Amino acid sequence: MKKLIAPVIIVVVILLLYFVVPKPLEFSPVTSTIILSLIGLALVAMLILTIAGKMIGRRTVFIFIAVALTLPFMMNFKMPIRITPEVQSLYDALEQLPAGSKVLAAYDFDPPSAPELQPMADAFMTYAFKKDLRVIIMGLWPQGPQQAQLSIEAALEDKEVAAKNLQYGVDYVNLGFQAGNEFVIQRMGSAFRGMFARDSKDTPYDDIPLLKGVENFSNIDFVMNFSAGKPGTQEWVQIAVDRFGVTLGAGNTAVQAPGMYPFLKGGQLVGLLGGMSGGAEFELVTGEPGKAAGFMLSQSCAHVVVIAFILIGNVAMLLARKKK
Amino acid sequence: MGESVIGAWIAAFLTLGILTFLYKDNVIYKISEAIFIGVSAGYWFITLFWDNLYRKFWVVGIEGGQWELWGGIILGVMMLCRLSRKIGWIARWPMSFIIGAVAGLYMMLYFTSNAMVQIRSTISNLTESVNVGDPYYIIGNIVVAAGTFSGLVYFYFSKEHKGVFGATAKVGIWFIMVTFGAAFGYTVMSRMSLLIGRIDFLLSDWLKLIS
Repeated sequence: MKKLIAPVIIVVVILLLYFVVPKPLEFSPVTSTIILSLIGLALVAMLILTIAGKMIGRRTVFIFIAVALTLPFMMNFKMPIRITPEVQSLYDALEQLPAGSKVLAAYDFDPPSAPELQPMADAFMTYAFKKDLRVIIMGLWPQGPQQAQLSIEAALEDKEVAAKNLQYGVDYVNLGFQAGNEFVIQRMGSAFRGMFARDSKDTPYDDIPLLKGVENFSNIDFVMNFSAGKPGTQEWVQIAVDRFGVTLGAGNTAVQAPGMYPFLKGGQLVGLLGGMSGGAEFELVTGEPGKAAGFMLSQSCAHVVVIAFILIGNVAMLLARKKK
Repeated sequence: MGESVIGAWIAAFLTLGILTFLYKDNVIYKISEAIFIGVSAGYWFITLFWDNLYRKFWVVGIEGGQWELWGGIILGVMMLCRLSRKIGWIARWPMSFIIGAVAGLYMMLYFTSNAMVQIRSTISNLTESVNVGDPYYIIGNIVVAAGTFSGLVYFYFSKEHKGVFGATAKVGIWFIMVTFGAAFGYTVMSRMSLLIGRIDFLLSDWLKLIS
């Protein structure tokens, strides 16, 4: 009987949220401030408990993280977001491209990484279409081209983009997935056609108007890579940039981003969007605040909680060491 | 009830099912995990089957008559010999081909992109920064150069870490620790981002609590 209590409570809460709670749920700035203050006070209480010798269970940490992540979704605060030089330099490089430039967008990620990469990819696609760039899409990950399709759909929802009446095959094309990892990039250096004989809709390469005259990287003005791992940005740098001299910008998951900074410093990348914060900055610099920018309050609250628990954990460790 | 609503409920059930592991291991978590792995594996299989075996092997290789693809096809079939104990040794041939090709490519790529270009940019940025005259830029590049040098010293074990050499190695380990700290910070952001993605789904697509 005891075992059923937790599942029953969860079901009741879900039903209440689904059928009873008014929608959309939004906290006023005063309520939001009170909630954030309460979270802060609760963290102080946790610290006091730790100093008093009471250890905090891991589930308490989970609850704090859940609360700190969830409640900001309903808060009406705007986070001040500073544009970092690596995002600004990517934007500047894109701004220099004249209308009609051919941009290769490599979607090397899948749904598990979408929360981080999809917002920046959507912002990029919207920006590219607004700027009349011709976008050639491909993926070294099987689900990549499908994520690109989501970006296209998101971009077409924009009124300015929709008004352009963009045509598949003329303004953009999805070449689909190609197996072979970095060897695909290597082969594309000599002939795109060798790797993508047909696009994702099975149209032969030579029948696609946008690809007329596109033989290899020398016919591409800019490459943008969204990467969640391997093959990804490192392989694009090693082959496309250092061997074939393309101009490359990248959007990476936050786990991967620190490893890409040397390439940025070395001039092998013109710009870098690191994780959700990079995506938020890109949304703002292009003037299209979207999901990533909206998520930054949750992200920041969660970070504060994590830092607080790191401090609490260290206090607990020091006290334990003292006892010994 | 539309398809999207049913889909949202199934996705929500599976998301919450996975999250129940935070409390403790349970049967709902195991079911959700098995479905996730099964669906992912099935998706990969279907994608690779249609993109490679059908579109490359059948359409282009056989129907299109591009016989140069047969080299890859034969190596692929040889790889499958691994499934048999008797003729499993045949799979070593394509394996050795793959390892050889990758090693050859990587040796050159890593040496160029990850070693030579990095060394050049570390030094050239330092000299360039003096010409630029921006103090922040100069200090930043000095820190990068000092960090690179001392980090390398730390990993040099042929000489005992004593005296000036030992002090440099100690500075190196501090740089490495700061790097790990930055990487950890980014990792936290990454994991939080993934959780934010799921919570966004639960609140907006499923419960419709936020617009």
